[in-house]
Amino acid sequence: MGFLSLEQWSPYAVGIGIGILSWFTFLLSDKPIGASTAYARTAGMLEKLFRRQKVGEMAYFKKFPPVVDWEWMFVSGIVLGSFLSAWLSGTFRFEWVPSTWASNFGPSPITRVLAALVGGFFIGFGSRWAGGCTSGHGISGTLQLTLSSWISVICFFAGGVATAFLLFIFGT
Amino acid sequence: MKTLAWKQVHMGGKEMSMQSRKQVNVGWVKSLHSRKGLQLGLGFFFGIIFGFLLQKGGVTRYNVIIGQLLLSDFTVMKVILSAIITGMIGVRFLNSLGFASLHPKPGSLGMNLVGGLLFGVGFGILGYCPGTIAGAVGNGFLDALFGGLTGILLGDVVFAELYPRIEGDLLKKVDYGDVTLPELVDISPWLAVFLAVLFLGGVLWGLEKLGL
Repeated sequence: MGFLSLEQWSPYAVGIGIGILSWFTFLLSDKPIGASTAYARTAGMLEKLFRRQKVGEMAYFKKFPPVVDWEWMFVSGIVLGSFLSAWLSGTFRFEWVPSTWASNFGPSPITRVLAALVGGFFIGFGSRWAGGCTSGHGISGTLQLTLSSWISVICFFAGGVATAFLLFIFGT
Repeated sequence: MKTLAWKQVHMGGKEMSMQSRKQVNVGWVKSLHSRKGLQLGLGFFFGIIFGFLLQKGGVTRYNVIIGQLLLSDFTVMKVILSAIITGMIGVRFLNSLGFASLHPKPGSLGMNLVGGLLFGVGFGILGYCPGTIAGAVGNGFLDALFGGLTGILLGDVVFAELYPRIEGDLLKKVDYGDVTLPELVDISPWLAVFLAVLFLGGVLWGLEKLGL
């Protein structure tokens, strides 16, 4: 069982593992792997704390009701699974600023958190607009050979590469 | 000509544009899907495995994801492409045998092109995506927890607010529904899987060949 405490596995082993996992989510749960809808539901749950009636009337939250579902549990599981893996390999650590960020944009946690906030906003907004994220479109959609998912994932990476290059060329 | 002859044999008796989709037809699988409480537990269990794999792959780290977007570290691509190849074969096999239904997502150019590029902008700034950010939180990364997560939830709230105004308009531009590539070009799903595996495998082979 020593492999469980290895710091990193081959990306191919991990990819094959995720592929096999998707067989089981389809077979046993009738669900493709996905993540971003869980955040939309969470946003609805939080917004409900402030304006219950409004959320109940909103078209988007009628389509995706703010409730705990399979995917919400799945995303919660990711947190625990990643923690277990990190803890077993001794790589769990609290960290505010990733090293690549720090060496290009400085070590300030405030700058990094603000950037993450802006980036997160686009991720949340864009994943809702596109109807999925790197998991739902990028893995599950593409493996079913869905047209919408192939177009989405190409745009995810095209936009991501362009933004990262612009940021690292002009932002530093 | 070869393709045409092939089509005549295999598409005979079917509508040309619409291939029939196979649904789950195995009793115990169907009844398993309908057990709500058990499904929530299964979702959590599958999530634990997914998170474990993401962390072991290194893709819960900003450095690795941004390395992919700066085209200097191809870990993310290797993980995703080998997941797609493996998943594609197995899920299509389960579907052929009636053990699984497919769930292709509907879309349009207005949705996938615009939303995809907006997502990409966020991807390049945040350096995590919705799946990997949950893993980053589990890994102890506080920029993900306090910055990224908050941002995602805000983006969702704003989108939900905007949704009624774009739903029937922008999001419907060049609507293609939930069509799959084999349905679109009207070839057998297994031929499409074969070609996709060949293509994606070729990309991976190329990456290794280039030493990336």
